[in-house]
Formats: sequence, structure tokens, C-alpha cells
Amino acid sequence: MVKIEIDGKQVEAEPGSMIIEVADREGVHIPRFCYHRKLSIAANCRMCIVEVEKMGKPVPACATPVTDGMCVFTKSEKARASQKAVMEFLLINHPLDCPICDQGGECELQDVSLGFGQDISRFAEGKRAVKDKNLGPLVATDMTRCIHCTRCVRFGQEIAGVPELGLIGRGENTEIGMYIEHSMASELSGNIIDLCPVGALTSKPFRFAARAWELRAHASIAAHDCVGSNIYLHTRCSEIMRAVPNDNEAINETWISDRDRYSYQGFASDERVTRPLLRKEGKWQDADWQTAFQVTVDSLKKVIAEHGADQVGVILSPNATLEEHYLLQKLARALDCHNIDHRLRETDFSDQASLSQYPSLGMPITKLEKQDMIFLLGANIQHEQPLLGHRVRKASLQGANVTALSVMQHAYNFSLNSQQVVHPTAFVNALAAITKAAYQHANVQVPAHIAAVLETIDVDVTAQQIAEQLKDADKASIILGNTALYHPQAAYVRTLAHALAQQTGASVGTVSDGANSAGACLAGSLPHRGPAGITQNNTGLDTQAMFAAGLKAYVLFNVEPELDCANPGVASEAVAKADFVVAMNPYNAGILAQYGNVILPIVPVSETSGTFINIEGIWQHFAAATVAQGQARPGWKVLRVLGNLLEIEGFNYVSSQEVCDEIREIINTQNFTSADNEHMLVRLETASSETLWRITQWPIYRVDNVVRRAPALQAAASSGGPAAVHFNRHLADKLQLTDGDTAIVKQGDEQIRLKVAVNNAIPNHCALVPGGFSETANLLDSFAELTIVRS
Amino acid sequence: MLKRIQFYLKSFFLWELLQGLCLTGRYLFKRKITVQFPEEKTPSSARFRGLHALRRYPNGEERCIACKLCEAVCPALAITIESEPREDGSRRTTRYDIDLFKCIYCGFCEESCPVDSIVETGEMHYHFENRGENIMTKQKLLAIGDEFEKQIAEARSEDALFR
Repeated sequence: MVKIEIDGKQVEAEPGSMIIEVADREGVHIPRFCYHRKLSIAANCRMCIVEVEKMGKPVPACATPVTDGMCVFTKSEKARASQKAVMEFLLINHPLDCPICDQGGECELQDVSLGFGQDISRFAEGKRAVKDKNLGPLVATDMTRCIHCTRCVRFGQEIAGVPELGLIGRGENTEIGMYIEHSMASELSGNIIDLCPVGALTSKPFRFAARAWELRAHASIAAHDCVGSNIYLHTRCSEIMRAVPNDNEAINETWISDRDRYSYQGFASDERVTRPLLRKEGKWQDADWQTAFQVTVDSLKKVIAEHGADQVGVILSPNATLEEHYLLQKLARALDCHNIDHRLRETDFSDQASLSQYPSLGMPITKLEKQDMIFLLGANIQHEQPLLGHRVRKASLQGANVTALSVMQHAYNFSLNSQQVVHPTAFVNALAAITKAAYQHANVQVPAHIAAVLETIDVDVTAQQIAEQLKDADKASIILGNTALYHPQAAYVRTLAHALAQQTGASVGTVSDGANSAGACLAGSLPHRGPAGITQNNTGLDTQAMFAAGLKAYVLFNVEPELDCANPGVASEAVAKADFVVAMNPYNAGILAQYGNVILPIVPVSETSGTFINIEGIWQHFAAATVAQGQARPGWKVLRVLGNLLEIEGFNYVSSQEVCDEIREIINTQNFTSADNEHMLVRLETASSETLWRITQWPIYRVDNVVRRAPALQAAASSGGPAAVHFNRHLADKLQLTDGDTAIVKQGDEQIRLKVAVNNAIPNHCALVPGGFSETANLLDSFAELTIVRS
Repeated sequence: MLKRIQFYLKSFFLWELLQGLCLTGRYLFKRKITVQFPEEKTPSSARFRGLHALRRYPNGEERCIACKLCEAVCPALAITIESEPREDGSRRTTRYDIDLFKCIYCGFCEESCPVDSIVETGEMHYHFENRGENIMTKQKLLAIGDEFEKQIAEARSEDALFR
């Protein structure tokens, strides 16, 4: 530690740290534009210039390391004069259009010019003007306002990993621009809006909508992935105007993904239901809550009386809050109905009894970037959980070995050590080969539960290499992504991954879909386990079985079956044929609008209080940012009343906090018998990898009902839309199809027409058909055979 | 004794009455200050703060750019503005309401306006007959601006010397 003096105050500092860091820590304000603690140091704005004793000229505080005995003056006459001079130069070319600038009121340049600017400009010449760039539907530009701090350029290079923006030209002709003009494709691109100290980069959907001083910030939690990013929802007159990040070093640092930033648009969708709806004579009719509840209760009772409680299926979205999961499973179990599930897109549940209490990363999120090796198993992590992708990228930049095994080539923004792309039917075998290699390498007896699978597997060189690397790495982690979880042999994938981890000393992270899968598991929203993961005497049906069985009644909570589920064709048919379907949903659309019997309007996450448990196991409570729209009500309140009307004990909660406390009490008092992840695997009969298989991904902006209704995200470059069938050049030539043609895609008896997109990231004998689109909602299994013919 | 005689004489000759009539007479023949309202009006200052108006540029383009400074500065919270990009991409209001029941005619809106759009005219004679008429909408304010533009411009140029 070195001792320095800032403005006469003695402070200790790390050797090598910059003056501005020490000053920030000590609460001494130094004006700055280009310096940002998360980005590299550029020192090109010169605003942070300070006087240092025994240095001839004033120096930039952001690029001057501290030395022992240094005396820094941030407010001396010389420092002030320099800072004012810099300010005057910065304002030479900056337009004085604050009244029409969206940054007005929250602008760093405005704030600093108040303290360091002059009241009149001595610059009488013409100001320069710069052409605006088109960065796509998310970020609006006014490049004349740019002061060339290059924060956005450094963000692109260092954080987003897509160097899309750059500094072009010199001197007076300097411009920030794209080397090739196109929309920004980064899933973190919105962060440049927060980084930009002036109004050059602003939010396009928020453009001219409100002023910073009109907005009230409400701390909330982002509800689209299992990271649980901390955000602020800004409201104006009970309308959500925008979302901005809330710093939390342990979770999202200072960033949020575009999905979390722009999804607020979905809250104001035209499809919102704000009154309870009842189907009468085939048509929706407005009803009051009392009638809607009465019809729900009577119909449920009728189905249970006539067909038994096991003819009722309860399906929740993994985005529902902890309280909602708990109350609905409590309600269902009190009715003796055990068909409760939140795992919408998973299909293989055979190992569910041996799984851990909740899907978890296996380490704190901050530790992910400290790993020496990360093995991505079917994880398009950057699209599935953008901020986990960012952590993996950080690890990769620090020299970690990132290796991927997947069913298609994902465009990662970090460099991979190796990427193995296999046919979906060969996915388990590829993992089994690595596992077998690990056991062979260590010369250890293969455990009995996986012996049958490993027996027939041939180990190749790649598998050996990966196994050795996993073994050699000090801190290695195997990350199971969406493909691993949605795979028809997911049980094999999970069990083998755990066996591999056990042998190589790696940790296993299961990155689940939805914002609250961990909470759902802890609240007991599973067919085989109750709250705290306690095994139930009666095991109900899982989601796929519930739809396949064609039950008499369905209770759907925040689920759009044809868009959210693994087997949309079967799900839609089950909903259409059921006697009674009650949808607790903020939106009235799709199959539910067609076949539902009652819609109880619940509110999206912005209008309810609740708790999300993220992948690290952190409980994050949030309050409603705004009042419920119309007669829609928070889900926990709807369930409370429903519980009371069904005359179930213990539904007299006053607040969601009370429900949360009850769950915590159960988790603290009940002992979860630790899971072994040693599901007994039988020998796997693999299908031929020569037949054409479907691969399914839920594109980043089609994952849940809210983001699907955010127009800006749908128009974004990385939206994955419009729906198309993707396959490689090889198959395209064989089928004599090219980009833009229409093909008929068949699965079972179902067939649809889709546009063709030739995409060489797809392996041979595979076609990617995305989920979450109404166009693909008639198809069947996510990973299964399909046929494509020319239309 | 002398005082009593003086008092007696004054009372006898109605002296105080004459004094009063003298004052009356003076005013009877003095130049009148009565203004025959509404035919006649008293002169008012160029700085008079009366009914609000939204001005336009000579080419007909509305001046208001929806910066919302008037809304922010209004001490009575009488102004409500909503804005969005117009078709040509410029920043414009979609709603500009002033509640004249809330307004205290302080003139801060006018002071804060960077483009001289919202102004208080010299107009002081207005009334409302129905509920809701107290809300001056954008259309009404622009119409007032169009009607009084000459007067507004004159008042601004007269006052410009002192700014």
C-alpha cells in the first residue's frame, strides 16, 4: 500500500491503482467522461485532469497511477483552470439542443458543464454536424452530440465481444460509426445507452416519451432468465416507461441484457386482459371476478367429482413468482391433484427423483469468470442467459479453456478451445465418450449406474482430450444448457455429466430456463416433490404426460401452451379437447383465446410483489412497480381467493411476504435428503444419425409471453424471427431449396409451411425449427424426426 | 367664548356641507377617468400575464419541442405534456394541457421556454361555462396563439430591451 494525499487528505491506496479510482473510493469527485470502472482506460476526454505536486503539467487522473507520497489537488486553481479549458473545448462542437435531447436531465455533460462550463461560448465559427447511424430498432443515435469518449467502442470490444462500433477519421473528422452499416446484433447492446455520457446514443423505444425528472424508479428483478438481473423500472403516471440496470456486483454487475431492458413493452400489449372473461356460447364475455371465480370453482369441482382429481392438470410458467408456485401447488395438492409441473420444454423426466433440490449453477455467478475450464454442454449461453454468457466470456478472456458440445454451431462472442457439433441422436454418445475417457484416463472402475451406457461407446481423441482437460483444470465447470435439458435423453445427459464431473473434479451447473425455475422447485411445483423438494407419496404427471394423457381439465398459470411447451401440437390438442380450461394469464391470445373456458386476468411481474430465486439460490424480493391494470390482479391474490372459495385451510394470507415466510419456514425445518444424481441408466438404443432430425431452439426474444409482445425486440437483429426452417447448404442442395423458398415441414401427421433459411451452422441431417412462434405451433417434439419437402 | 361663536356661525351657514359640495363640484368638472368597458379598455403592460397561448414560427410550424421545462417549472402543476416522435422524427407534443383552475399566472412557463412557444398573452377577459373548459388543450392554445400573434410579437419586442 502506498500513502498519497488527495486535496490534503491522507489516504492509502493499492500500488498501481489510478488516482481516479482512489478519489472515487474516498468520495472526492473528479469530473470525467471517458473513464468507466468496467472498461479499459482510454484517457481521451481529458476531463479528469488534476494537478499533482512536482509534476510539471496537470495529468489525467484516470491514467496516472498512484505513487508513494503523491500529492493530488483536484480543486486547485491550476486543476480547475485545466478542467474548465477542457470543458470549453468539448462544448465547441456539442450542439446546444438540450431541450430536444432525450438525455436532458440525466446528462453527464449537462451536469459537468454546470460546474465547469462557461456561461457564454467564445466559439463563433460553425459547429460540425455528423450523420446519424442506424444501429437498429433498439438504440437511437444523434451523432452530432458525440464527444468521442469511446465508451461505446470499448464496450463493444471488451464487454459485448462484437466490435461493431469504431472510431473513424481523425481530428475534426472523427466519427463514431459502424465499419459496415447494419443493426447491432449484440444481446447486450442496450448498455451503450447507459454508458453514453451525452445524448448521442439513446433508447429508441423510449425516444421522446418522458423526461428523467418525471420518472419514479422502482427496484425490480428481471423476469426472463435465471440470472435475476437487478433492474429499475421507471414509471410515469403508473405506466412503465423503461427499464434500466440496478448495480449488483454479485449478479449483473452494471449491465442488463436487451431482453430485460426492452421487455417492458410487453406489459402494455394490446392483448392484455384487464377483465375476467368467461366463454358463453362459444364467445368471450366480460364477467366480474365473483362470477369468474364461481364458474372456475364449480367447474373444477364438477370435473373432480365426475372424473377424479387426477384428471386435472396444473401447469405453471417457470416465470411465475415463488409465492404463486407455492400457492397453486398447495391448492392443487389440497384437492388431491398431483399433476403439477413448471418444466414446460423438458421431455425426459426419468431421473427426476435423483436430481438436486433445485437447478443451480453449482457456484456463485461471480465465480464463473474465475474458472479455468468451462464445458458448455448444449448451451447457447449467450442467448439463453446473456449475462452468464458475459461471465463465460470474461473467463475466456482470462485464459480459461471454453469447450462446447452442441447440436448446432452457436456464434459465441468468446473464443472456444474446441466446438464439437453432433447430430442430436449422437449427443448423448459424444458425452458418454468423454465420460468413459475420463474413467479410462484415471483407470477407475465405471460406476454401476452408467456402466451399461458406457459399455458400447468408443472413445475418440477429442473425447480423450476434453476429459484430460477437465481433469487437469483446477476449477472446471460443466454447464448444462437448454439443449441438454430439452434433449429427449436429458436424463442420460444429466447423469453422465454428473458422473463426468465426479471423476474429473469439475462442478456441474444446470442453467434452467425461466426466471424462477429454482423457486418453482423449492415451492414444490413438481409432480414428485412438494415444497423444499420433499418427495411426495403420490407422484403426478409431468407436463408432457399431462398433455399426452388428454386430461379433462387444465389450470394454466401464465402459460401459452402452443408457444411455451415442448410439444406444441399435442399441447394445443389437449387444451382444445379438455372439458374445462382455466387460464390465469395476463394476455388473451392464441390457443387459450380459442379454447379456454375462463380467463382470470393476472398481472405481469411489474404489477405484483413476489420473490424470484435465481440460479445461484439468491432469494430476491420485489415490489409492484405500478398498480394493476384494470381489474387484473396479482397472481398470489387470485390464488388466495381461489383457495378460500374451494374451502381449503390456510389461505388467509395478507401479503405475498407472508406466503414467502411460510415457504422459508418449510425449507428451514424440512430436511431435503441430498440427491445423488445417480439415476440408473439402461443401454441406449440410439436412432440413426442419418435420418433428418429436428433441432429446436427458443430464440432469445421468443422465450416467454412478455418478450414475445415487445415490438422493439421482435424487430431486433438477433430476434431469430421471422419463423423459418434452417438447414445447411448440403441439405438445401439436396432438396433443391434456397433462401426465401417455402418448404413443407412435416412431423407425424402435422405439417406446416415455412420459409427456408440456409444456415451452415446446422449440422448435416438436421433442421432447426424454432419454438415460440405461432407458425411452428402445430409441430410436435423439439428433438425428433421430421420431413421437409418442396412446396 | 369665541370658539362657541365660530361653531354657531359654521352650523348656521352649513359650512361643512358646502365644503363637501365643493369637493363634489370639483370632481364634477374634472376630467373623467371612467373607462367605458367593454368598449374602452385600460392600457396594460407588455408584461401582463393573462391567458396562455402556444406560438408558431412564421412558416406555420409549431414552436413547441416538448422539452417539458414548463411542465417541470410550473409551481402549480397545471401543465401536462405527453410527447413522441412525429412522423418526420422531430420531437413534438401529442398533448399539451394547461388547467387554468390550477394556474397561478406566475409566468414561469414563459420564462423557462427555450423557443418562446408558451406565452402569456395580454388577454384577460375569458370565462368558462361548462366543466372541463378550464383545460386548455394544445389545439385551443395554438388557436389563441394564431389569433393574438401580432399582439404577442409586439409585446415580446417591447420587452426585449429589458432582457
